[in-house]
Amino acid sequence: MDHLIRLVEQEFQKKAAEHPNFSAGDTINVHCIIKEGGKERIQQFQGTVVQRRNKGTAGETFTVRKVSNGVGVERIFPLNSPNIAKIEVIMRGKVRRARLFYLRGKMGKNAKIKEKLNFSNSD
Amino acid sequence: MPGIIGKKIGMTSVYDAEGKSIACTVILAGPNVVTQIKTVATDGYDAIQIGYGEKKEKNTTKPLLGHFKKAGTTPKAKLVEIDSLPMEVTLGKEFRIADVFSEGDIVNVIGTSKGKGFQGVVKRHGFRGVGGQTHGQHNRLRAPGSVGACSFPSRVFPGLRMAGRMGGDRVKIKNLKVLKIMPEHDIIVVSGAVPGAKNSFVVIEK
Repeated sequence: MDHLIRLVEQEFQKKAAEHPNFSAGDTINVHCIIKEGGKERIQQFQGTVVQRRNKGTAGETFTVRKVSNGVGVERIFPLNSPNIAKIEVIMRGKVRRARLFYLRGKMGKNAKIKEKLNFSNSD
Repeated sequence: MPGIIGKKIGMTSVYDAEGKSIACTVILAGPNVVTQIKTVATDGYDAIQIGYGEKKEKNTTKPLLGHFKKAGTTPKAKLVEIDSLPMEVTLGKEFRIADVFSEGDIVNVIGTSKGKGFQGVVKRHGFRGVGGQTHGQHNRLRAPGSVGACSFPSRVFPGLRMAGRMGGDRVKIKNLKVLKIMPEHDIIVVSGAVPGAKNSFVVIEK
């Protein structure tokens, strides 16, 4: 019966399926639509992807971490939300795990992620 | 009210135009069949009996088998009476979800809630329990408290809420919005939750 739920989810996700593929460790820039007082503007949030959750479902989210004025900021975005206008992949990161919670305890150079070069499954 | 029988498939969430996530239930409502037309002349009231879900012939009683034979259909697992349908009704007529509902409709959904077994008053009736865990409380945390007064009235009033069997009741959830209808797959998506377990029968009415 799960395939029928997938079918419904795909029906609603038709527009949202254009985001590039990215995974934990990548540095991305999220263009987020903010609505206030009947006006729309775009806010950008650039940082490292810490994790992706519920992959392949309608409720998929991803967490982006950045350090702003010395304070770590993490933001969780719903991937299929119509409020996400664009996702840009700035850099592919070379990491060995799917969830980078260890970044929270590290500052400065220790928190740096090396760039992944010559990745095979490019897109 | 016009209605249709369906099967609960499960829940998911969708985003509306504002980006709000809406919980919704997916219901499979395949072709329903009119199995009997009741009229004032024959039955004393007007109604339409509809059926949905296949059932094996060997698991159907002979009287029911004759009932289905009269309507010219295969045996159906679930039979429900509704009072009207928005189209011309004939015995044995098949109708689908798109014939009855359209997107944006406000519907009621009737189902049998999940059985919870024997439950205490906190879960069953929303009592708050004792409150604290200190001051000598050791095994009365979720107790119902007093059930009545003293030598007058000398009895417990009928209907007092107590522990007992919970769930497994017929529940009607009102005013759910039809978010999507997919006629090619016989799927209807309604906002919010619907009573019952997955794969259980539900009746959607307008």
